[in-house]
Amino acid sequence: MEYVVTTCELTRTFGSFTAVDRININIRPGEIYGFLGPNGSGKTTTMRMLCGLLEPTSGSGSVLGYDLARESEKIKQKIGYMSQKFSLYDDLTVYENLVFYAGMYSIPYHERKKRVAEMIEMAWLAGREKDLPANLSGGLKQRLALGCAIISRPSILFLDEPTSGVSPTSRRMFFKIIQKLANEGTTVMVTTHFMDEAERCHNIAFISGGRLIANDTPDNLKNNVIEGCMVEVDLPDAMERIEELESLPYVKECSIHGPLLHVLLDSEGNVAVFDRYTGVKAREITPSLEDVFISLAKLQRKQES
Amino acid sequence: MSRILAILQKEFLQMKRDRLTLGMVFMLPLVQLLLFGYAIQTEVKHISTVVFDQSMSIESRDLLDSFSSSGYFDITGTAKGYAEITKMIDSGKAKAGIIFPPDFAEKLRKGETAPVQVLVDASDSMVSNSAIAVANSIGLLKSQKIIMQKTGVQSLPYDIRVRPWYNPDGITAYYMVPAILGIIVTMTMVMMTSMGIVREREKGTLEQLMVTPVKSYELMIGKVIPYIALGYLQITVALLVGGVVFGVPIRGSILQLYLLTLFFITASLGIGIFISNIARNQMQAFQMSFFVFLPSIMLSGFMFPREAMPSIIQYIGNIFPLTFYLTIIRGIVLKGIGFPYLIPQVMSLLVFSVIMMTLSIIKFKKKIA
Ligand SMILES: Nc1ncnc2c1ncn2[C@@H]1O[C@H](COP(=O)(O)OP(=O)(O)O)[C@@H](O)[C@H]1O
Ligand SMILES: [Mg+2]
Repeated sequence: MEYVVTTCELTRTFGSFTAVDRININIRPGEIYGFLGPNGSGKTTTMRMLCGLLEPTSGSGSVLGYDLARESEKIKQKIGYMSQKFSLYDDLTVYENLVFYAGMYSIPYHERKKRVAEMIEMAWLAGREKDLPANLSGGLKQRLALGCAIISRPSILFLDEPTSGVSPTSRRMFFKIIQKLANEGTTVMVTTHFMDEAERCHNIAFISGGRLIANDTPDNLKNNVIEGCMVEVDLPDAMERIEELESLPYVKECSIHGPLLHVLLDSEGNVAVFDRYTGVKAREITPSLEDVFISLAKLQRKQES
Repeated sequence: MSRILAILQKEFLQMKRDRLTLGMVFMLPLVQLLLFGYAIQTEVKHISTVVFDQSMSIESRDLLDSFSSSGYFDITGTAKGYAEITKMIDSGKAKAGIIFPPDFAEKLRKGETAPVQVLVDASDSMVSNSAIAVANSIGLLKSQKIIMQKTGVQSLPYDIRVRPWYNPDGITAYYMVPAILGIIVTMTMVMMTSMGIVREREKGTLEQLMVTPVKSYELMIGKVIPYIALGYLQITVALLVGGVVFGVPIRGSILQLYLLTLFFITASLGIGIFISNIARNQMQAFQMSFFVFLPSIMLSGFMFPREAMPSIIQYIGNIFPLTFYLTIIRGIVLKGIGFPYLIPQVMSLLVFSVIMMTLSIIKFKKKIA
């Protein structure tokens, strides 16, 4: 089997609104598959369909060879899923939460203790077994939720924005765990808003307005999507000048990156003219993933209107 | 099976830690029983009564004694005129007034009809019904005695003996306690079950549960059994309070009472689970529970006798499990009857439970939206 997850024209509508629109996804075993897109673009909806939580309106798909529409209960035996607002029982301790999920996956009794201990070690929760989740930091809660999701040793793990709302240190730690799992053979599909995490994915799918608009490796995306020359300038009044700059014939688009402005020019030949226009020296850069997504999203919006 | 055990363990742990709910489960039967048991008295005694006695005779005092020894009339004062009586009743200081005319004793002695006027504040129909009925029978009894003396008749031509079975002393608590028990169980089962499941949906833990291999029926059973245990706990508390505080005897078999109660508990749980399937949040679940709860009280025969309702309303009352359970529990507790007499009610509850549970399991598909 080449792909562990495949979908064909997968679609989900809510009433007259199409949340996921004819999406084709292919995920290889053992890869980290990043799923990116603005809020409301349909990431959660797609993931819920793949987990068998939501029925597709049309199109088809399979996870580990099981059909999404007909064999969702079989899929549930093999996957782990951490929902967007990773939810734990606040009135159960760390230990009890893990034991409960061990029970839900029918892990044999003689193995439960060992499995729970493994999860506690993986999540760096040693010593906190008797604490209630309310007394844990965001990062610990998130790792506990991960422990609950992978206590059954799933071969595919679906993570829906696992790192939103936790500290940067915890975020990095979490992603290290994910990478370790992937190295050990687990396939991971993860939605995220963070570019540093996206960079570490083997494959990235970008979804906007329910449509899949790009799907490639991070390097290919950075090299192939953007046509033109990306420069970085430091203008004091960058915010106010975006519109003015974008009206120049050789400027394709502008976007703010922290204190700096990224400007996409038609070609390298325009750099000198642009420098003269702004009176500031612009620096040529390789576009970041963020530039790629901004440009993709703009393109999509232009096509729609 | 092991998954059901895991859910049970979790539910009991959560229940144990939820002190507020647990307290409510115990306090509800206690408080409800004490409140209802003491407050709802369909029979009113000790009606405060003023007397305007213009006769001031042995005869008038004798009749007054009969009134006060009946237990229904408490002579709380005397008045010196019609105006004063009217004022006292108007102001609510007295609920009844008794007026003897000046020639009361004289007329009696002459063998004529001696009128006595009894005024009753009928704005409270419970009070006035008791007062009127008792005043009339006192009059009749007294007259009877005199007639028998005069005519020398030893016995009365008719002797109708009414014997109130099952509750010979007409003690309200006997009738109320079993019914209140049914009300408490309805309230707890419907509300707690529906809120319990909806809470998991609101918190998002249900979504997490739905991606595990757990089966719908396993989830239902695991969720429901702890509530059945709670229901039995409440019933035990209520029966104890009923027995100790109100002295309600259980005439039938306690074992049967507990066994047949299971059907009522499952029926109520069925409603609870059904509500949890359609309610989007705990507030809605709470409101829907009341939507079941209020008509249950009104139509089941708890408040008003069902015999007095129009037949269409009686049919509607048959939708609610409480209606059947009241017959069962009053039957066992008050009449001492057993299962053979209660088969129709038990069957109705059984059918109701099966329908509700089936609908819920079908509707609960481990899918969201
Ligand atoms: N159960 C639902 N009913 C109606 N609309 C929904 C439902 N779930 C999601 N949507 C809509 O579908 C769109 C995509 O949502 P979602 O998949 O959660 O986006 P994302 O996870 O990318 O932020 C949103 O506009 C959202 O409002
Ligand atoms: Mg989302």
